[in-house]
Amino acid sequence: MKIEQEVRGRSLIIRLGGELDVKSAPEFREATEAALDRHSSNHLILNLENVSFVDSSGLGAILGRYRRLQQGGGRMSLVAPAPNVRRVMELSGLFKIMPVFRAEERALEG
Amino acid sequence: MRTVSSPAPLKNHVRMEMAAVADNVALSRVTVAAFAAQLDFTLDEIEDIRVAVSEAVTNAVVHAYGDADLGGGVNHGGGVNPAGGANPGTVTLEVAHDGEALTIIVTDHGRGIADVALARQPAYTTDPERMGLGFAIMESFSDELEVASEVGRGTTVRMVKRPRAARASGAGEAAGDDRPV
Repeated sequence: MKIEQEVRGRSLIIRLGGELDVKSAPEFREATEAALDRHSSNHLILNLENVSFVDSSGLGAILGRYRRLQQGGGRMSLVAPAPNVRRVMELSGLFKIMPVFRAEERALEG
Repeated sequence: MRTVSSPAPLKNHVRMEMAAVADNVALSRVTVAAFAAQLDFTLDEIEDIRVAVSEAVTNAVVHAYGDADLGGGVNHGGGVNPAGGANPGTVTLEVAHDGEALTIIVTDHGRGIADVALARQPAYTTDPERMGLGFAIMESFSDELEVASEVGRGTTVRMVKRPRAARASGAGEAAGDDRPV
């Protein structure tokens, strides 16, 4: 799994590429936790544009980060999930608790 | 308790035995998706199959034995492998089709599930890193789901998926919800 990060003010942008499943979820979790610790960000923007697959392990890892942000008074946004990824997310109800944006810039404004 | 496969004649089948480790989840998805291409599935349906297979094999990796590779996030603590030692246990993946329907069977010989009905309910998990949605996703993304399990013996998950095109043309089947298993 490819993981890229960029800090914009107090927002942390994480760009994922590849498949988010039981194998890659811990990688995503550890990289994101470390970046959140380092930058004391209060907004995590997860760019899913290049994610080709997500299952419940991936959703669980996303939800785990959401919980951390929420506990610290922060928030989390999702960006550009592909249609197949979106379908799994819809089933899980994640969209009820996290906003989804078409582009990172929109998430930064939102 | 074991599931009984459909008596329909099989036109093709593949049986793969593998270690119950996280790396083999992606391998299972690729294998089943490639096999499913022998039927007239849409790309969306192939995606459904990939997700359903991923959930079934992940259950075996995470819950049946407890995969040491995961580095946390495993529900049941240390691995309980009847085979003993550091062996991660095995998962068997079987895929078959009779020209009309794809059947996927995932079998492990791990700890089993004490209460299958409870485990199938959404959000059945105690782990904050997991959603407890595995069975709910398998159920939504397949046409039939059967789970047979025995504590200490293992779990068998059987899923059937039919191409929508075949269902619409009524190829010998009604809506498909109440057909005998």
